[in-house]
Amino acid sequence: MSETAAPRFRPHRMIRSLLGPIFGAACFLATLTGLIVLVVLLGSILYAALKGKPDNPWYAIVANLRELWGLLRTVALNRQSSDPATAGYRVGIVGSLWLLGLVALLAIPVGVAAGVYLEEYAPPGRLRRIIQTNIANLAGVPSIVYGILGLALFVRAFGVKALALGPCLLAGALTLGLLILPIIVITTQEALRTVPGSLRQAALALGATRWQMVSGHVLPAALPGIMTGTILGLSRAIGETAPLLMVGAAGAIRKLPKGPLERYTALPVEIYNYAKEPDRMFQTITAGGIVILLILLLSMNAAAIMIRNRFQRYQ
Amino acid sequence: MTTPERSAADSAAVMKPDHPATEDLWSGHSRFLAFWELAIAVILAFCAVVTVLTTLGIVLVLSIQTVEFFMESKAGILEFLLSTELKPDATPPTFGILPLAWGTFAIAFGSSCIALPIGLLSAIYLSEYAPRRLRGVLKPALELLAGIPSIVYGYLALLLVTPVLKAIFEPLGIRVPQFNALSACIVVGVMIIPLVSSLSEDVLSAVPRGLREAAYGLGATKFEVSTRVVLPAGLSGVVASFILAISRAVGETMAVVLAAGMLPQITLNPLESLETMTTYIVQVISGEASYGTAKYLSLFAVGLSLFVITLGLNIISGLVLARYREVYQ
Repeated sequence: MSETAAPRFRPHRMIRSLLGPIFGAACFLATLTGLIVLVVLLGSILYAALKGKPDNPWYAIVANLRELWGLLRTVALNRQSSDPATAGYRVGIVGSLWLLGLVALLAIPVGVAAGVYLEEYAPPGRLRRIIQTNIANLAGVPSIVYGILGLALFVRAFGVKALALGPCLLAGALTLGLLILPIIVITTQEALRTVPGSLRQAALALGATRWQMVSGHVLPAALPGIMTGTILGLSRAIGETAPLLMVGAAGAIRKLPKGPLERYTALPVEIYNYAKEPDRMFQTITAGGIVILLILLLSMNAAAIMIRNRFQRYQ
Repeated sequence: MTTPERSAADSAAVMKPDHPATEDLWSGHSRFLAFWELAIAVILAFCAVVTVLTTLGIVLVLSIQTVEFFMESKAGILEFLLSTELKPDATPPTFGILPLAWGTFAIAFGSSCIALPIGLLSAIYLSEYAPRRLRGVLKPALELLAGIPSIVYGYLALLLVTPVLKAIFEPLGIRVPQFNALSACIVVGVMIIPLVSSLSEDVLSAVPRGLREAAYGLGATKFEVSTRVVLPAGLSGVVASFILAISRAVGETMAVVLAAGMLPQITLNPLESLETMTTYIVQVISGEASYGTAKYLSLFAVGLSLFVITLGLNIISGLVLARYREVYQ
């Protein structure tokens, strides 16, 4: 019996044993594309940033780093200009930092409070389900739609002059705040879910009220998770360009903003304006701006990942 | 379990006849505490309601301004939806959304052709093949990739992708414009790979171990387990991640603005310039159109269409995912 069966299955078995490794290799290559893209992206942007400088071979790392540092310092100190020799991002960087602070101030308290309400207070039922579905859907709304909302609601206030903020920092911050609100709510909820129920029961058993339990025990335990999500949300807000274009972060501003009601521009908006310039000389400037933006974002992301790995208490 | 403030009030009532002094001491405090608790709950609930108000705000703003657009431009809804002419600056101006819908669809389709297979394969690798330690390196790298803003991808299209396309096609005698749909498809596709792979990977990892072990026990190879057991089991979740990725591609703005250009036309040639709904909105707002004109208001009508499409895709994705959860979790 086995003598007749073995040859019959042999070709089939060969295909099976070949197909597996081939498929595995294909999957591995597909996973690598992500990494390759990351390397190509960073490499080509660094290359563009260093083009036009004294020619160092690519392996002269120290000399190249010094060139890059010089370029970043120049573009960080210079202001918006149509002349590539004196163009830079100073006003945009200051504007982006203002936005970062204002968005944090506006979105974090509201987002965390909403997350706490949904996890710790809201009775399970229709209202909670509606809010939950709504947040999930808001997270998928394109950022430019938030820009339209900000334009009509904050910048113009439907034409009511007394309420309209105009194209100022506060309007931009409110728009970005609404944009990252779903992210903060969702990550807060996830962090609260990892806190064990026994902690809540212990607090309640000792006579704590609900808010005493939440503020004194549950929130501190969930804090690292909440911080991670919040930082990721803020880094998303800092990189956004489209909604800021909608709410009037114009590029051609040379005055540093001094308060939340002044006109402003932001780093990604200035990058967009330089990227549109047909003059090849602007390539270095654009790439320099992107390097600054990426350094800011990657350090925020790295901080978030570090906090997550350091304080994984209950997982 | 009774609420804390109720139980405090109850115990105060029990103590009343015997210990008047204690009652005086505590009742003020517990009343204040009860009030404080209620105030906190109301504030927290209000913050949660802000998210609902945001949705209402979006819907109201878009629909009110869209109605205003139809009144101002005197274009009928049918003309808006079915006309293939988009000439907001002509006299009389025409507002047909079809060229924009075509551009959006073409870019979403092209980028999906790149992102969906690669994302799915890498999800299978991460959940079925990768050793634990390698996975610990690859997942954060993909997360990092997902955190890069779209303006950077747009610049990458100008800096690298379009020149490479020119170097490939121009020797063949095919003219490649500076702004073309193919380079937009490539960068948007690369952008949404992390989304597909991380969402699909979550779903595939959640497929119960028992299914895999049963298949291995019957003599299946890893390939067979991955493609005939795990993938079909997680299929609805994978489909949900696909739909979400398509919705992301539809709503993508800056990468498309910098890569695909702003030429509203209906063409099958991927090396032509296109205009998507998001690009049109940016074009109108960056232009000279003043508030209240038909051209300015048309951005709200286009925005409403964009919102309806992405919301529809997200809702479908949510429903599909809910069905998957029902089966396995």
